Amino acid sequence: MTAKKSFPKPSELPVPAGAEGWEKLYPYYLTFQEKRKDEDDAKFWFCDSQHWPTVFKPFETIGGEFAVKCLGQYNARHLMIPNANGIEFRVHLGYLYMSPIPVPEQEIAARVPEFQARVGHYFQNWDTLLEQWKRKVRGTIDEMETLEFKPLPDMVSMEDITSGTAKDGTEVLLENYDRLIQLAYQNWQYHFEFLNLGYIAYLDFFNYCKEVFPDIPDQSIATMVQGVDMELFRPDDELKALATLAVELGLQSHFARPDDVEATLGAIGAADGGQRWLDRWAEAQDPWFNFTVGNGFYGHDKYWNEHLDIPLGYIADYIRRLDEGQTIMRPTAELVAEKDRIVEEYRELLDGDQLAAFDAKRSLAATAYPYVENHNFYIEHWTMGVFWRKVRELSRTLHGYGFWEHEDDLLYLRRNEVRDVLFDLATGWGVGAPSGPVGPDYWPEIIAERTALVAALKTARPAAALNTPPASITEPFTRMLWGITTEQVESWLGAGEEGTEGVLKGMAASPGVVEGVARVIMDSDDLAQIQQDEILVAPVTAPSWGPVFGKIKATVTDIGGMMSHAAIVCREYALPAVTGTGSASTSIVTGQRLRVDGTKGTVTILDGPNAAPQVAGPGAHSHQHPHGTPETAAEGEPAHV
Amino acid sequence: MTLNPYIQSFDDGREPALETLGGKGASLVSMTAAGMPVPPGFVVTTASFDAFVHEAGITEHVHTLLEGLDAEDVAEVDRVSAAIREDLCSRPVPESARAAVVEAYATLMEACGGEVPVAVRSSATAEDLPDASFAGQQDTYLWLTGREAVTEHIRKCWASLYTSRAIIYRLKNDIPNEGLSMAVVVQKMVNARVAGVAITMNPANGDRSKLTIDASWGVGEMVVSGQVTPDNILMDKITLQVVAEHVGDKHAELVPDPVSQSLVEREVPAERADIRCLTDAELTAVARMAKRAEKHYKCPQDIEWALDADLPDGENLLLLQSRPETVHSNGKGTAGQAAAQPTPATPAAPGGFDLSSITSSLTGIGK
Repeated sequence: MTAKKSFPKPSELPVPAGAEGWEKLYPYYLTFQEKRKDEDDAKFWFCDSQHWPTVFKPFETIGGEFAVKCLGQYNARHLMIPNANGIEFRVHLGYLYMSPIPVPEQEIAARVPEFQARVGHYFQNWDTLLEQWKRKVRGTIDEMETLEFKPLPDMVSMEDITSGTAKDGTEVLLENYDRLIQLAYQNWQYHFEFLNLGYIAYLDFFNYCKEVFPDIPDQSIATMVQGVDMELFRPDDELKALATLAVELGLQSHFARPDDVEATLGAIGAADGGQRWLDRWAEAQDPWFNFTVGNGFYGHDKYWNEHLDIPLGYIADYIRRLDEGQTIMRPTAELVAEKDRIVEEYRELLDGDQLAAFDAKRSLAATAYPYVENHNFYIEHWTMGVFWRKVRELSRTLHGYGFWEHEDDLLYLRRNEVRDVLFDLATGWGVGAPSGPVGPDYWPEIIAERTALVAALKTARPAAALNTPPASITEPFTRMLWGITTEQVESWLGAGEEGTEGVLKGMAASPGVVEGVARVIMDSDDLAQIQQDEILVAPVTAPSWGPVFGKIKATVTDIGGMMSHAAIVCREYALPAVTGTGSASTSIVTGQRLRVDGTKGTVTILDGPNAAPQVAGPGAHSHQHPHGTPETAAEGEPAHV
Repeated sequence: MTLNPYIQSFDDGREPALETLGGKGASLVSMTAAGMPVPPGFVVTTASFDAFVHEAGITEHVHTLLEGLDAEDVAEVDRVSAAIREDLCSRPVPESARAAVVEAYATLMEACGGEVPVAVRSSATAEDLPDASFAGQQDTYLWLTGREAVTEHIRKCWASLYTSRAIIYRLKNDIPNEGLSMAVVVQKMVNARVAGVAITMNPANGDRSKLTIDASWGVGEMVVSGQVTPDNILMDKITLQVVAEHVGDKHAELVPDPVSQSLVEREVPAERADIRCLTDAELTAVARMAKRAEKHYKCPQDIEWALDADLPDGENLLLLQSRPETVHSNGKGTAGQAAAQPTPATPAAPGGFDLSSITSSLTGIGK
């Protein structure tokens, strides 16, 4: 073994020009503190750019904080996972870094009976508890929808006088803001109630497969438990149904300008059969258009129900493809048949106790696992869609009082600063001060400074990780979700030093080999650029990009494991995918020809300045080594947000 | 194309009938039908032989010669055998039967991209010959080129029905001479570009969910005898995903030389020596064929295969041999044999899951 290589320490990362003093964007507890330096530098932190690919505006840390905190609480306080506590997290130079917390060896045994009692309860009552979960989550969303952030009246209404309300309404703004935050927190706690369990069941099956079928590919295991028809795909399926109906009704000609929503819907309404289509369109929206093209963690994420041009555009594209005779439905029957074949062929190799154990574990994993995919619609899309809409409503109202220059500038405040603003407004308005609240003379300058800081931070990409990695990364949740394996970390460390030029390696996330032209998408707003049969290259994908998956030939991402959204969706669409390459989106440029091998986990750049060298002969590009032996035990935590 | 009674191509879809194809021919036809493509070829059916002896009018004459023959009188048997075989080799073959062979041969050569060497083998029907159970191995003629050589050797195979040994065997076993017949197999000689073996399990640990392939340039002898380090690929048998691969240093290859009718060794150019000799598609094709052999024979198989240089892509993968894998498959352990610690049979909890194993995986026990 040569000297251990390390990632940079936090203090060694250069601060981008103009970003000096960036720490004040975030609360103290989110940044590395000088007095904790030695302790923090001794830990290995990896960047979660899968969920947080871009720099946080101050208010936006709420999603990262709630998600990673609530994830950890289920390991550390609810389920008492014997060997894994939660994940510590810090924001550094605008990006989120995470460090899993192991349980001290001597405390593991004492947690076992607690763990068994708690997990046992959930697995034995899965269906009823999950039903209850849906009601709790719906209740939170419904209440959130009732919260209003309206401008204050000029005077208290006569009705409030006569009824003896005796309050001026500013308390409603204060209460509703606090309630909005609390409700978001509540659904993030619920989010993880079943998620870690889904992973536990999955990992149990995973480990058993690795035991009876040494070297079984991770992909095979994923395929055996993955749901084929899921709520997460429902929004996309609704669009396909709407496109199909439009073709049936002969309405195609009205979809020429889907960016003009009003004109398009007007023309459809005036057409024969158009009302039937509009009824179906309205029906689909609740709840399935609570769906974002982002991932629910950013204030700038666009949701279908607020940007109807997005679903209309997708429908128009589906209509075009239907008219060209293409099939737009996912090959569901084939996927089910293939899944059944794979399960059956593995089963045929077992008998007796082994077969019984395999069946029991697969059945538990197949029951629990769909939650891991479906919850995403309820929380990231639906809850957060309502949440961000309410935040924007509040921001607009405060903008109306002159607190800031742009409607959405509230995002440049930390969430606790918003409470100050609300009390400033309550006072300024309440006392009838001629210049109103003080904020309009205070915040614009600060917001301008913060805007510049965020923009400066965005000029740099995050480090893949910080400090010295452990000798081996065996923790399966980390491997499965973030694609962070010993080999992956080594390849990040050795980038540019070894390996074949022009060949990127990542997780073999969805099988198949194709060649095609790359389309690099750094922002979901650019999704419309994707042309038929291109290969999508992105830092990370969101499940709501569904409609583009019917159009592309393969997907390559920087971040993500076997169970990342890109991997799941690509398997669902039977497209090759290589995830967790680390740097595909920065080393590939749009227009380059690529060969994507989703069976081996390699991406070869076939032309341009950074192309792979030409090697003659069949199989010339392949020099792979065995994957690391599987982890049989975890010293980590289920982690998915 | 109408199906000719005198000729049955391996892949023309007709049933592999033992009585018209003989043991060897029937076996080749049934393997082809089961997706285990043997080197391409055709069978000259017993109908062809029957038409020949009938038209030549020699049936009576043959019976007369054989009548009252004493199995112990070797000199007399030899004389009769020579006379009959002389007859069989000199009489004209009926035009329709001859035309069928000529046409089948031309079709085969066309499929092979030109005139290539073939093998001609007798294929006896059951019980007529001493070694019938070995699928008529009595006569095998290799490296035959050209129509005349092929038709001449078909006749030699027919004649082998009346070797002294065959005659004595029938006499001693009371097998009547009436209704004797003989089929003949004409098959392409393999011209291996790449060849190797495949085992439908991981021989390192007996894991039956895997499949291993060894491959090298040229014919497979150098792989089998260990003279080169072949490419070694471990695949998942269910999904055919490559689990591990090692590209060997394949410095030499043996290739068939039709002129000397033997294998010649030559050096592999450096640019081919250390790259994988199978494309991904070829690798998948070999694996699928091995799986089909395992399914057909209902036990793990050890197959020899080759990619033929003369045949077009998609039809060039050939199965040379399939035999049961014997090292591991006799043992009890199937997939679980490889597991370091087989799961103890813990009773499942009411919910149908085994909490203790979940717990052990989250405590580091059994790491």
